[in-house]
Amino acid sequence: MTMKIRTAQEAIAGLKDGMTIMVAGFLGTGSPEILMDAILEKGVKHLTVIGNDGGLPRGWYNEYDTPRGIGKLLDAGAVDHIIASHVGVNPLIGKGIIAGTMECTLVPQGSLAEKIRADNFGLGGVLTPTGVGTLAAEGKMQIEIDGKMYLLEKPLHADYSFCRASICDDFGNFLCNKATKNYNYLMAGAADHNIVATERLVKAGELDPDTFQHSGVLVDMIVEGEKPWQI
Amino acid sequence: MADLKIRIAKRCAKEFKDGYVANLGIGLPTMVSSFLPEGVHITLQSENGFTGLEGACERGEEDSEIINAGGGYVKVSPRVNYFDSATSFGIIRGGHVDATVLGALEVDEKGNLANWIIPGKMYAGMGGAMDLVTGAREVVIAMLHQQLNKKTGVSKPKILKECTLPLTALGVVNIIVTEMCVIEVTKVGLVLTELHPDYTLEEVVAATEAHLIVSPDLKPYDITE
Repeated sequence: MTMKIRTAQEAIAGLKDGMTIMVAGFLGTGSPEILMDAILEKGVKHLTVIGNDGGLPRGWYNEYDTPRGIGKLLDAGAVDHIIASHVGVNPLIGKGIIAGTMECTLVPQGSLAEKIRADNFGLGGVLTPTGVGTLAAEGKMQIEIDGKMYLLEKPLHADYSFCRASICDDFGNFLCNKATKNYNYLMAGAADHNIVATERLVKAGELDPDTFQHSGVLVDMIVEGEKPWQI
Repeated sequence: MADLKIRIAKRCAKEFKDGYVANLGIGLPTMVSSFLPEGVHITLQSENGFTGLEGACERGEEDSEIINAGGGYVKVSPRVNYFDSATSFGIIRGGHVDATVLGALEVDEKGNLANWIIPGKMYAGMGGAMDLVTGAREVVIAMLHQQLNKKTGVSKPKILKECTLPLTALGVVNIIVTEMCVIEVTKVGLVLTELHPDYTLEEVVAATEAHLIVSPDLKPYDITE
């Protein structure tokens, strides 16, 4: 069987300027920091990033805090286009839009999750009542079903997905603790290359299989070395 | 101002029934859970991925794996359940959230709501707001009756004939609670159901651009425990 375990550098070896990536996490919680660090080290630019938000900017919780999650990519100027639901927390996005250096596509949060899930699980899109009659409906097909209007939200696919596990086995079955799940169980599988960075790596069979909540079939590469966020 | 917000939060709390699943917006709406009537226990959802939110953490109690949708560290109840974002919004969109309390920039006679963007000024994104107001069974708008311009000192109505800002959703608002009154959104328009004793009917009408239908059963604003 092909071994999936890689170093962060090996895992992103094929990542190139201008690619589209997905980064899991919600304001940094549940984001794979060691993969973000590897992207910065490689110096990849002009990325299109799909994620809930812009991560956390420098100094969010404490003045000495580094940027977190997608915030690292924004801080390094590596993002040309962000597809997200809420970008108010990271001022670099607003600044980038005003300066004309960044494009931002806003998607309602529930629709963003479903667009990613649709791609991962082979759906041509999803029909949602969210956004009917608003700016979120612009350019989208509207379909009436049994007298109610829905928007067609098409799938979102990426070249790479970057996720974070609390525990992962060497086949890629993984678990995310508590509120770190967010987009991790949606994005792992929705890209050509699906990479999971994990805090704890175990051998397949070492733990009760019911421990894991997301299938290793959806994971291509595993990187060890995520650390708990220090408060 | 703080007293008025507490008054609004207390009145909103009376909308909750025992066993409700609710989602509260940040700011004033978050205060609502502090004023629930005796015997009313609710389950709060945090749209980033769990039900069983309890409130903000004290310094030193934080768990780095438990934040709320605003990025703050929070406590959870023993019946907490964590899930991914698709499940979280499935719970919201699927009508499994009984009530949501949110602020608003504008509300109009049809129950249309604008609370996510001011073109040219505020660019944050809708986050979960569009899903929440579309999916929650009861949408409670908690806000000061008018918008005060801090520079000019002039207040202008937020309850309008028709919203002027980009909408969050069409026809979703059920009830509007302000410091002055309670207004229900009905098929025939906005019905004034409760009036706070500090204000006259004329004062409320003057502070409202929308047409108000005065309920034949108009009651005093009720925040009794």
